[in-house]
Amino acid sequence: MKAKVYVTLKPSVLDPQGKAIKHSVELLGFSGISDIRQGKYFEIAIEGPLNVDQAREEAVRMAHDVLSNPIIEDFRVEIEE
Amino acid sequence: MKFGVVVFPGSNCDHDAYHVISKHVGQPVDFIWHRETDLRSYDAIIIPGGFSYGDYLRAGALARFSPVMNSVKEFAAKGNLVLGICNGFQILCEAGLLPGALIRNRGLHFICDHVNVRVESNNTPFTHELKAGGVLRLPIAHADGNFVCDDATLDELRREDRIVLRYCDRDGQITDAANPNGSRDNIAGICNHERNVMGLMPHPERACEDLLGSSDGRDVFRSLAGTLAAAA
Repeated sequence: MKAKVYVTLKPSVLDPQGKAIKHSVELLGFSGISDIRQGKYFEIAIEGPLNVDQAREEAVRMAHDVLSNPIIEDFRVEIEE
Repeated sequence: MKFGVVVFPGSNCDHDAYHVISKHVGQPVDFIWHRETDLRSYDAIIIPGGFSYGDYLRAGALARFSPVMNSVKEFAAKGNLVLGICNGFQILCEAGLLPGALIRNRGLHFICDHVNVRVESNNTPFTHELKAGGVLRLPIAHADGNFVCDDATLDELRREDRIVLRYCDRDGQITDAANPNGSRDNIAGICNHERNVMGLMPHPERACEDLLGSSDGRDVFRSLAGTLAAAA
């Protein structure tokens, strides 16, 4: 089983890296882009007897306590069987 | 009066802090490896600057899980003094000992420069020897020094006089141009509600000798030593 965790800056937090990336993308000629936000992506391989719900619970705890900083970031968890 | 300087893998201002305590404060000081947990013999702990764990995940995020940090939390909860400088400030925020977070500088660059900061509060064990409203010239060296917090936290910091240092110009004016990294409200240093834990992005320990361009940082350590001497 695999847990996929997406960590993104909260909408209220400025993302200077995303801004710089958007600028570069526009220099390449891409148009119609209103915003780019940069985030982090984690793949967690899970072994053992956990069922999907338990795996999700564990991944959410990891995401909340370690992978993200809840002051500035949000996260989303997906489980792939 | 004994000081401890915590050393994580990747700390690099630990020797600067040690030097200042031993030479300028003139007190005993130990390095404390991050795996140690017994802080009973110390009166103040310094979490130094550097790149603990290579800034992996987020600056300060992994250092928070080092064994020594549980002891630092207990040490602080008893009212003992904890000073976090630069990466130390980031670690204290990640550990929840100070509010807010430090994110990438708004200009994206790593900034290594001297800046001016205004003393907003001298009502702390770390700044009582300083003049309120006075301007210090201190070096900064960071990529993630952009202090962020929500409105409620900012209100609380203001209400409780916990904003200790703010970036300013040479005359002490708080301007956006004088804000090197985009920090909310030009905040360069804060303390906790109990006022015994302080974090700041500038490096007072690198500004204790005229030869290094400024000795304005000495008063921070003089304040700290004075507080401990008064308590002894």
